[in-house]
Order: sequence, then structure tokens, then C-alpha cells
Amino acid sequence: MDIDINIKVKVWRQKGPKEKGHFEIYELKNISQGSSFLEMIDILNEQLINGGEEPVVFDHDCREGICGICSLYINGYPHGPDEDITTCQLHMRKFNEGDTITIEPWRSAGFPVIKDLMVDRTAFDTIIQAGGYVSVNTGGAPDANSLPIPKHNAEAAMDAAACIGCGACVAACKNGSAMLFVSAKVTQLALLPQGRTEAMKRAKSMVAKMDELGFGNCTNTGACEVECPKNISITNIARLNYEFLNAKIRD
Amino acid sequence: MSWLINSSIGRKFIMSISGLFLILFLIFHMLMNLVMVFSMDAYDMISEFLGANWYAIAGTLVLAAGFIVHILYASLLTLQNQKARGNDKYAMSNTKDASWTSKNMYVLGFTVLAFLALHMIQLWYNMQFKELIGAPDAISKGSELVVPLFKNIYYVIIYLVAFAALWLHLTHGFWSALHSVGWNNTIWMKRLQNLSYVVASIIVAGYAVVPIYIYFFYQLPI
Repeated sequence: MDIDINIKVKVWRQKGPKEKGHFEIYELKNISQGSSFLEMIDILNEQLINGGEEPVVFDHDCREGICGICSLYINGYPHGPDEDITTCQLHMRKFNEGDTITIEPWRSAGFPVIKDLMVDRTAFDTIIQAGGYVSVNTGGAPDANSLPIPKHNAEAAMDAAACIGCGACVAACKNGSAMLFVSAKVTQLALLPQGRTEAMKRAKSMVAKMDELGFGNCTNTGACEVECPKNISITNIARLNYEFLNAKIRD
Repeated sequence: MSWLINSSIGRKFIMSISGLFLILFLIFHMLMNLVMVFSMDAYDMISEFLGANWYAIAGTLVLAAGFIVHILYASLLTLQNQKARGNDKYAMSNTKDASWTSKNMYVLGFTVLAFLALHMIQLWYNMQFKELIGAPDAISKGSELVVPLFKNIYYVIIYLVAFAALWLHLTHGFWSALHSVGWNNTIWMKRLQNLSYVVASIIVAGYAVVPIYIYFFYQLPI
């Protein structure tokens, strides 16, 4: 049964990109366990505004786990302690009476803090712009089976395409590496005929952009895969390595 | 070829290839050590054969290059990764599901390196190096050094601890190296990770047998 709980939240407050940040502890009374985590922050913000303080800035949009804009490092986990969901899908029933919940922004050189819990993830857009697309218009959806694609390829491409680009992989990685994101984007196109043609060029240019933007070197720890809300597999990283090395060796 | 240095995957490729090369060396070295268990005379023949001859020196140089590349790139990658991580650390981090080994390859590597330094001073310096510079007290029979070394329980323990660090390093290193060159998929993932444990265990067991055998079972000829 969901009950109302009294909690404390320890939130990272940072006035701007250059300012020094710090933690602030707020008390919240009678939070329904049926409410979502972001609703809890909405309630906190209302409380802050009513008290004449500045509300906590955080990213949110669709609130159904598909847009990839919500972030937050909650109690030491990207997207919170629940498995395979985004922060907006996290509910307060994962927490208990009297808990102190630590809420931090993504911390990585590639994702500088804009304010409080909001980080700048433009770097991911820049990487996509470097090659994460098909250059020509491939037309509308073709008739089923007019373009035969092996089942396992279709499945793997769809699994990779589930990546919403939230950046949890970078946030979880001790190396601040964006390899899981880039590998998912390279894979979803490389496994399908429309994207295959440019696969090698794409791998080269996206990796070059990723390196240029200061993301770290992957050391295959697998932390990204564990924290990914969409269960993207690190075997995509092996595929990216293969595409990239293959392209470079042919040059 | 500048991509080997300028791109992250290129740098990982070098780590991977140099690591796999060092694993080959480990297997080669381990097989020679195992000869001691069967016959000290045969072992002494091998160590004499690998003295200051041109082929042994060439092999040593290539090997040293492999170690240097692997260590330099490890340092470079670790520094770059710390920079990419940024200055602000998480107040709380629970991403414990990634194995401890995989997150501490540099620390484990350093442990192995410290052991390597000790090992070189104790054995290589007295054997190949002294022979090379023509020192009169160079030793060509390996057993003259190895047997007293492993009759000392402290060195046996130090060596075994170093082998444990090596085991941890290899359990992540082996599959990770293959992953970095792109040889992996959903089916092979589990197989490669398990194979890593098998390879690491075989190599380390092969090394560990020698000090244990000498300390407990080997009788000095009277």
C-alpha cells in the first residue's frame, strides 16, 4: 500500500556554469508514495517558491520515459535505484519514511552543469550531426518483405534504436566515455540496408567528434550497460570498434 | 596511421594488441618455468640458451617495447579519462555492478609492474644483464638463483600475491582486449568472459606451481 512519507532531499544547488555548487537539504512532509519522483521535485519547488526561495532547476519533458531529457543521479544511481527506467518513471514508493535522498546532476566534463541539476548535453546533438543519419531520402516505409532483412539484424537494430540519448552512460562511466551512446547510434543504422552504405564513414566521423568533445576512452567496465534505462548492450561497443577499425585499416 | 594515437578507439586498439602480445609472452614464460618441476637440469639448459645471445636479446627488446607501450598507453588513457570525468565527484555512487577489477586495471597494472621491477632485479639483472656487460659473476644456470629465492617463504608469498594481482588483471584484460578489437557479440560475450577466467587461471596456476613446488617439495641435491 502506498502511504504518505516524510523525507529529506539533499539537492545539488549551483547558480550557474562557473559558480561553485553545494548541497542543500530540504524537508518534505506527506509525500504520497503514489506520486512520481519528478512530482516530488515539483512539490519541493512549490514549497521553495512559496517560501520566497529560488526553485530547483531540473530537466523534464515527456514524463513517460521516451524523450531522454530527464536525468538526475539519485542516491548514487543514474535515473535512480529502480532498474531500466528513466527518472520520470521512478516513483516515490521506492523510498521509505525518513529517507534522505541525494540528488545530483550528471557529472562529466562532457556535460557541464548549466544550473542546479540541469546539464548541457548539446555534445550528444553535435555527435549526431557529425554522422548519425542517412544522407539521402530513402522514401516512405517499403512494403513488408520487399527488402529482406535477417531477423537477428532487425532485432539488434531495434534494440540499439531504443537509445534515447539521455547520457546516463556517460554519467555512470568512470572514464566519462560516450561509447555506449555512439555505438547504439552507429549500430541502429549499420545493421539496416539504408544505413549500411555509409556505416564506416559514420563510425569514423562520429568517433572523431566524440573524441574532439572531450569524452573519455572506453575501458569496457560495463557500468553504462547496467545503468542504461533502455538496456543498450555493450556488445554495440564491440560493433563500433569493429566498424571503426575496419574503416581505418581500409584507408 | 595517426589514428592510432589521435582516436580513442585507436589508443584502445594499441592497448589491446600490446596486452594480447604480453599474454602470449606470459604463456611462453610460464611453460619454461614449468620445466623446473620436471627437471632442474633441463631448466638450466633453457636459461643458458636464453643468455646474452643475439636472438634472446632481440626477443628481450621486443618484449620490453611491448611492456613500455602497454604501460605508457595505460597512463595516457588513465589521465585522459580522469580529465573527461571532470573535477566534481559524485557525493554518492552506487554503480557497483561493474566489476571492481574492470575499474581498477591501472592499480592492478601498477602492482604487476612493481612486482616486475623486483623480479627483474632478482633474476634478469643477475643473469642476462650481467652476462651482457661481461660481469664475471653473471649466472647462467637459472636454478642457482630460483631455488634459494623460493626456499624463502617471504618471497614465495610476495610472488603469490603478485600472481593474484595478475589473475585479476587478466580476467578483465583478456576479454576486454578482444572486445576492443571488435570481436564480440551477444552470443560470444559470456563465452569470452568465461574464457578470460580460464586463460587467467591456467596462466597464473602455471606460475604459482613453481614457487610452491620448490618451497615444499624440491630437495636440494647433496
